[in-house]
Formats: sequence, C-alpha cells, structure tokens
Amino acid sequence: MTHTPPVPPVREVQPSPRQMMLRRALRHRGLLFGGAVMLVILLIAIFAPLLSQHSPYAQSLMARMKPPVFLGGEATHWLGTDALGRDYWSRLAHGARVSLMIGLFAATISALIGSTLGILAGYFGGRVDMAVTFLINVRLAMPVVLVALAVVALFGGSLTVVVTVLGLLLWDRFAVVLRAATMQVRKLEYVAAAEVLGASLPRILWKDILPNVMNHLIVIFTLEMAHAIILEAALSFLGLGVQPPTPSWGLMISEGKEMLLFEPWLITIPGVALFLLVLSINMLGDGIRDVTAPEGRN
Amino acid sequence: MLLFTLKRFGLAICVALTVSAISFGLLYMAGDPAVAIAGENASSVDIAAITAQYGFDRPLLVQYADWLGGALTGDLGRSWYFDLPVTQIVTDRLGVTVTLGALAISFALILAIPMGVAAAVRPNSLIDRAALFLSVVGQAIPSFWFGLILIVVFSIKLGLVPASGSASWKHFILPTVVLGYYATPAIMRLTRAGMLEVLSADYIRTARAKGLDTRKILFKHALRNAIIPVISLAAVQMGFMLGGSIVVESIFALHGAGYLAWESISRNDLPVMQALILVFSMFYILFTFLADLLNAWMDPRLRVG
Repeated sequence: MTHTPPVPPVREVQPSPRQMMLRRALRHRGLLFGGAVMLVILLIAIFAPLLSQHSPYAQSLMARMKPPVFLGGEATHWLGTDALGRDYWSRLAHGARVSLMIGLFAATISALIGSTLGILAGYFGGRVDMAVTFLINVRLAMPVVLVALAVVALFGGSLTVVVTVLGLLLWDRFAVVLRAATMQVRKLEYVAAAEVLGASLPRILWKDILPNVMNHLIVIFTLEMAHAIILEAALSFLGLGVQPPTPSWGLMISEGKEMLLFEPWLITIPGVALFLLVLSINMLGDGIRDVTAPEGRN
Repeated sequence: MLLFTLKRFGLAICVALTVSAISFGLLYMAGDPAVAIAGENASSVDIAAITAQYGFDRPLLVQYADWLGGALTGDLGRSWYFDLPVTQIVTDRLGVTVTLGALAISFALILAIPMGVAAAVRPNSLIDRAALFLSVVGQAIPSFWFGLILIVVFSIKLGLVPASGSASWKHFILPTVVLGYYATPAIMRLTRAGMLEVLSADYIRTARAKGLDTRKILFKHALRNAIIPVISLAAVQMGFMLGGSIVVESIFALHGAGYLAWESISRNDLPVMQALILVFSMFYILFTFLADLLNAWMDPRLRVG
C-alpha cells in the first residue's frame, strides 16, 4: 500500500440538541439498564399469550405445585405451577399486563390532575396557588393505603376501581414539582414576550410553559407509575385489589404466602418480577432526569 | 415567630377539617349505611328502624356536625361489629402502631444519617456509590414481599425471631426493619445533599483553615446544619409510616391500629375505618406542623411567608 486516499477534512458540525441528548442517553448506564429491562417486561406483557403455551386460568389437579426447572421441575411448566395447577410462567407473563396497565393508567390520571393543578398554581400564583397548596396538604394528610383499601372495599375490587382510586390519590407529587417548575419558567422572558404579543392563556400554558416543564412531568410519571404498581400489588396482596383469578403479581404473592414454609419460590418469583419492574422504571426515570436536566448538560 | 405559628396552626386546622369531612363522607359513598348495617336479608322495617336509631334520616350536614362534635370530645361513635365505643377500640390498638412507627423511624435515621454523611464526605467514592445503589434497590423492593422473605429467612430457616404476634419486643424486630427500610433512601439522600452543600460553605473552610479537628468539623459544624431538613423529612415519613403500617402489621399479625384497619375493612365496620383514617391523618398533620415549627425555630429565614 503506497497510495492512501486523501482524508476528507473533518468538518466541525455542531450536533443538534436532540443528538446531544441521545449521546448523553447512550452513555448513561442506569438509563440503558432500566430501559432494557423495561422493554423486555413490556414485550413479555404484549406477547404474553404467544409466549406461554398454557392459559393463566387453566387449572389442573394432576399438576399442582410443580417446582420450576431450576429446582428440578419439567420443561412444560418451566416456572412450575401454583396450588391450583396453573402454569406459573403464564400467570407471571399475564400479570405483567395487569401491573403495567395499572401503572400506566393510574399515572396518567394523576398526571392530568396533578400537572393541571401544579401549572395553574405556578402560573397564576396568589389565591390560585394558595388553593392548590391547600389541596396538596389535604391530599398528603390522607393515608393512601388506608383510603385506597376503604374505597376498594366499598366499591368492590376491579381493575377500573383500583386504577381510578390510585389515580385520584397519587397526583400530589405532580402538583408539587410542576408548581415549582412552572414558577421558574414563568419568570423567563419568552413567557413575558408571549404575553405582550397577546397570546391567549391556553396557548401560553400549552406552547410556552408545558414543553419546558415536560421533563419534570416525565420523571414524576415514571416515579408514580412505579408507585402505583407497588400499591396495586400491596392492595391485591391484602385481598382488596385485583380479584382472583386475575393474574396479578401481588395476588400471586398473597396466594403463595400460604405455602411459604415449603415452597418459598412461589413468592420469590413474582416478588423478583415486581422488584425488577419497579427498579427498571425508577432507573429509567432517574436516567431521563439526568439526561434532560439543563444542569446535567456540559 | 408567633405570627408564623398562628398562620401555620390555622392551616393545620383547615386541613384537619377538610380531611375530617372526607373521612366522614366515606360512610356515604357506597350508598345507604343503614342497609350496610342491617345486612343482606334485612326487611325494610329493620332498615327503617336502624335509620332512625342511628339518625341517618337527618340532613348530612347535621350528621357531620354531630360526628365532628363527638370527635372533638373523643367520641367517635360505636363500632357496628363490636358494639363498643370506637374510641376505646382504636386507643387500645394505637400503642402498638405508635411504638412500631417510633422504632421504624429510629431505625431509618440510625441507618441513613451515617450513610449519608459517609457518602457526602467522599463523593463518588465506593461508599457513596454503594449507598446510592442501596437506595435505588431499596426503593424498588415491595415491603410486603420483603417482610415475607425476612420471615422465611429469620423466623423459619434460622429461627431467630418470632414470625407473628406482638407479645414481646422480639416481635417488633422484623416489622421495624420492614417499615423502616422504606424511609431510609430518602433520608440518606437528603442527608448527603445537605452535607455536600454545608461542607462547601465558607465557614467550614474557615474551620478547616484554623486547623480544627475533622471529626469536630463534620459533626459539630456541618451535621448540625445539614440535619435541619432531615428532621422535617423524618416527621413527614413518620406520618406516612403510621399510614403504611397497615401492610406491615397484617403480614406480621401485629395487633396494632393498621391491623385493626384491615380487620375493620373485612368486617365492613365503617365507623372504625372512618376513625382510623381520621386518626392517621391527624398524626400526619400534627407531625408536619411540629416539624415546620421546629424548622422555623432553628432557621429564622423560614419564618417569612
């Protein structure tokens, strides 16, 4: 090799903000780990019927409490079966749907309530702020688990009731954080400019305020999603959440509790699944905060 | 300070009244309470008799005023299940829960503050990362599952502590750990952040420059200032813990107010439920009120507004 082609001159191209954010994201280990685990669980939830050859509801008296493969079980039920002979893997995979759905819908309801209150309080200040702060105080004073249990007991345990009550209870953090964030954004000049130009109030809130507090909104959304998933599991565990025979991880732990002494894997498997899901959502949220926060930028 | 106290007290009273109205309203959310008391096979005559006896036919506002007046004088009605005064049932059980809450918050503080300080002294060190790792992992462990795992390991396999009941101090060990670890990450992070901020302050540099002992700087000068927000967080967490004790108490069959709440729900004993929601809320309101006062007392800048 005597002839080398001329190296093209390196052009200094300023990466776009989006590219810079992507680069930061790809360097963030927690974000990548959280995102990957979350993606796997999401795929399992979506393709649950395809991934499991048994129905999560099909009972079999002949195949009760079969141990999982790693404890000497057979490959047909690789995570074993529960006390009613239902395939544990199938219940776990379908349970992921319940957890994710409750997390997503409950967090969406709370995000709508909390961010509306928070943005209005932060934008208007004064009496509106006082009223919202008061509401936040009232909400914080109410014991979440107790109120949720009472409401579920009164209205009956169903997915809809659990999602609604959690959504109505978990909006406080959205309101607190978005109130503070909006207060900061509101002082910025482009908001004043929009006001001077005669932009309507919905336009200012929607086009000027919301995009600039969006990163906070996303971070709190992940936190509250994890919170809702844990609470649903706790409610189901106490027997006042999702009702049997729906496959819910909390319910699986509750059912496995009876066999705690002899078959501890019955509670270990759904417990680890719950732990991984919540961990991955939290890490994803922390990662998004690190990547999008202005102070995290070099 | 007096003005601040009065303002803050006024807010606490308003919040308490609103919460009381909500927990009162709970009784009516599911329909006619007389039907609930009478049971499924009751005749309309029975229901009418119960309605008259309990005064459910009066206007809602009158009933609320009546209930609130009773609550203020310590009379929270009668339990539908036991036919005993609710106040007596609740106070009998409250001791266990308050003990558990105090133990749990102490456990969390004893664990979290040294970890937070150690992490702040050497940011990005192994200790710091380990503490961060523990807090991320700790927050993701569901407490009811953690409790069951502890029972399997420490009660069943090792036989060190009893698995359920509330007879001796040994019964409180596992519940304390389960309830306390949940508050640990938040307290640790706040201690770390506070310490980091204080350690970069000018007066710490001065103290270092005049050759003061590092230990003295850390604990006498820095921690004292960094601990202020931690105390108020601990008060808030304690309020949350009492409300969260329901899960822990039901795992360990600890006969406290949380367990009572769970029992009352399964027994459809609404007056006790109402009272418990009210009592737990009042604890939270009281703790946050005291924490705010303490903060304002220690840090005069907070007294404005």
